[in-house]
Amino acid sequence: METTMARTRGQDGTSTFVRVFGYTVISLFALFCVVPFFLVLGTSFTAEKSITLHGYNLWPREFSLFAYDIVFQNPRLITGAYVVTICITLVGTAVGLFIVAMTGYALQRPDFRARNTISFLIYFTTLFQGGVVPFYIIMTTWFQLKDNYLSVLLPGLMTPFLIIMMKSFVRSIPHDITESAKMDGAGDFRIFLQLILPMTTPALATIGLFIAIGYWNEWYNAMLFLSPNMDFRPLQLFLYNVVTSADFVRNSSVASNVQPQDMPMESMKMATAVVATGPVILFYPLVQRFFIKGITVGAVKG
Amino acid sequence: MESVARPLAQSKPKTTLGTKVKLLWSDRTLLLMCLPAIVFFLVMSYLPMPGLYIAFVNFNYSAGMFRSPFVGFDNFEFLIHSGTLWKLTFNTIAYNLAFIVFGNALQILIAILLNELRTKWFKKITQSLMFLPYFISFVLVGLIAYNILSYEYGLLNSLLKSFGMDPIQTYSNAKIWPFIIVITYLWQSTGYGSIVYFAAIMGLDSEILEAAEIDGANALQRIRYIVLPWLKPTFIILLLFSLGGILRGNFGLIYNLVGANNSALFNSTDIIETFVFRSLMNNFNFPLGSAVSLYQSIFGFIIVVSANWFMKKVSPENTLF
Repeated sequence: METTMARTRGQDGTSTFVRVFGYTVISLFALFCVVPFFLVLGTSFTAEKSITLHGYNLWPREFSLFAYDIVFQNPRLITGAYVVTICITLVGTAVGLFIVAMTGYALQRPDFRARNTISFLIYFTTLFQGGVVPFYIIMTTWFQLKDNYLSVLLPGLMTPFLIIMMKSFVRSIPHDITESAKMDGAGDFRIFLQLILPMTTPALATIGLFIAIGYWNEWYNAMLFLSPNMDFRPLQLFLYNVVTSADFVRNSSVASNVQPQDMPMESMKMATAVVATGPVILFYPLVQRFFIKGITVGAVKG
Repeated sequence: MESVARPLAQSKPKTTLGTKVKLLWSDRTLLLMCLPAIVFFLVMSYLPMPGLYIAFVNFNYSAGMFRSPFVGFDNFEFLIHSGTLWKLTFNTIAYNLAFIVFGNALQILIAILLNELRTKWFKKITQSLMFLPYFISFVLVGLIAYNILSYEYGLLNSLLKSFGMDPIQTYSNAKIWPFIIVITYLWQSTGYGSIVYFAAIMGLDSEILEAAEIDGANALQRIRYIVLPWLKPTFIILLLFSLGGILRGNFGLIYNLVGANNSALFNSTDIIETFVFRSLMNNFNFPLGSAVSLYQSIFGFIIVVSANWFMKKVSPENTLF
C-alpha cells in the first residue's frame, strides 16, 4: 500500500526533476516570448533623449508621451491607414469566409463526383507556383490593379490550407443530415446555407479569424502594389514606412510643426507599432482558443 | 489529403461524353458553389504559371511577356556561372533545415514539458504567452529585432556595454545573421508549433500513462517509451510537409529582419524569395527572377513527389497524397 502511494502521481526523484525542469524551461521561454513586446511598449513611452543616452529599455527611464503626441497630432495618416485596413479586413473576411465555407462543404460531400479533381486542382497550387514576377505582371498589366486596394483584398481571400481546414470541420457533421434534407426536396445551396452553416459556427469563427489576422498583418501585397502615390496605405505598410524611411518622418515633422532634429525618431517608430498592433493584442485573449482549434483540426492531416 | 489521392481510379465504368455531361449537370449546384474558389485559384495561381516563360526571354516591357526575344537558357547559365543559384539554394535549404530541426525539437520539448506540469493556470498562461508572437506582422518582428540589435540603442549592446564589453556592429556582420534568423524564427513559431504536438499528446489515452506510472515508470521513462513513440506519426507528417517546402524560404521573416538593401549581409541571408523580390522591385530584372522561380518550383515539385513516394514505401498511412 505504501509503495503505491509513493509512486502515484510521479513522486519519484526523476519525475520531480522533470517537473522542476519543465517549470523552469517553460517559464523562461514564455518570458523570452513576451519581453520583446514590453521593449517596444517601454520605448514608445520613453523620452527621445533618454533613448539616445541609454538605449531602448523595458521600463522608461524618462517617461514621455511625446511620440504618441506626434503620431496623433497628424491623425489623418494613421486614421486613414486604420480605415483602409479595417475595411479591407471586414470585406475580405466576409467574402473569403463565405467562399471557403461553401467550397469546403461541397468538396466534403461524398456524392459530389468532381470533388477529388477540384481538391487536387486547389492542392496543386501549393506544390507548383509561378512566382511573384508573373503574378506582379498579371496583376498590374492585365488587371490594372496597381494602386488599387483590390490588389490587397483579392489575394488574401483564401488559401488551400483554409479550405482543407473547412473540409475537416465539415467531416464531423454526419452526411445523413444532408441526405434527409435532400429527400425533403431542399437544394444543395439551401442545405448549405440553412442547415450546415448554423452547425459550423465554431469552424466559421476559426476560419474567419485566420483570414482576418492575415488581412490585418498584410504588408506583402500592399508593398508590391500600392505605391507611395497613394494617400492612405494599409496599417502594416504604414508602419513599415515609418520604420524604414527617414523621408516619412521628415514629412510628418513638417506636418506637425516640429523641427526635424526634435522629432522623436526612435520612440515614434515604437508608438506607431503599438498603435498598429494594439487591437490584435487586445483581442488575442478572447480569440486564441479559436486559432488553437483550427490548428489542431486542420494542421495535421486534411 | 487522402481524398485527393486517386481522381481517376473512381470512374471505372467507361463513361461516354454524354453521360459525363449529364453527371456534371446533376451536380451543377455543387459545381457552382465551388466556382468562386476555382476562379480564384485559376487567376491567382494558375494564370501566372505560363508567365514563367519570361525566364527564357530578354524581357522588354513594351513588347510584353510573349513578344520579347527568346534567349533560351541564357538566364540560367548566368545564374549558374555567377554562383548565384548555388548560393541561393544553399541558403534557402540551410535555413529551412535549421528551422525544421531546431523548430521541431523545441516544439516537442515544450509540448512534452507542458504535459508534465500540473498547475492548470500556469499552463494556460504560458501557452498563451508563447503563442502570442505568431499573431504579429513580420513588419513588427523586424522592428523588434531592430530594438534589440541596433548598434546605438539596441538592448543587446546596452547589455554588452554594462558588462564592460565592446558593442557589436550587428547590421554589418554577416556571420551572426544565421543565428539571429533562426532564433527569431523559434521565437515566433514555437508556440504555434507546440500546439500541434500538445494536441497530439492530449489524444494519448491517459490510462496508458497512469498504468505505466503505477508500474513504476518515472517521468523520463514515460516520455521515452510512451509519449515520444506516440508523437512519431505527427512528427513524420509535419516533417514531410516541411521537406516538401524546403525550397520555399520564409520571405517575410528574412526580408523584414535584414532589410531590402543591406547587401553586406546578403552572403549569409539571401534566399530564393528575397532574390526574386529584389529582381522584381529593385533591379527590374524580370527574367532573372523568373528563372529562379521556375527552378524553385520544378525542384520543389520533384522533392515533394519523391518525399511522398518514399513515404509510401516506408509507412503508407503517412503520405501527403
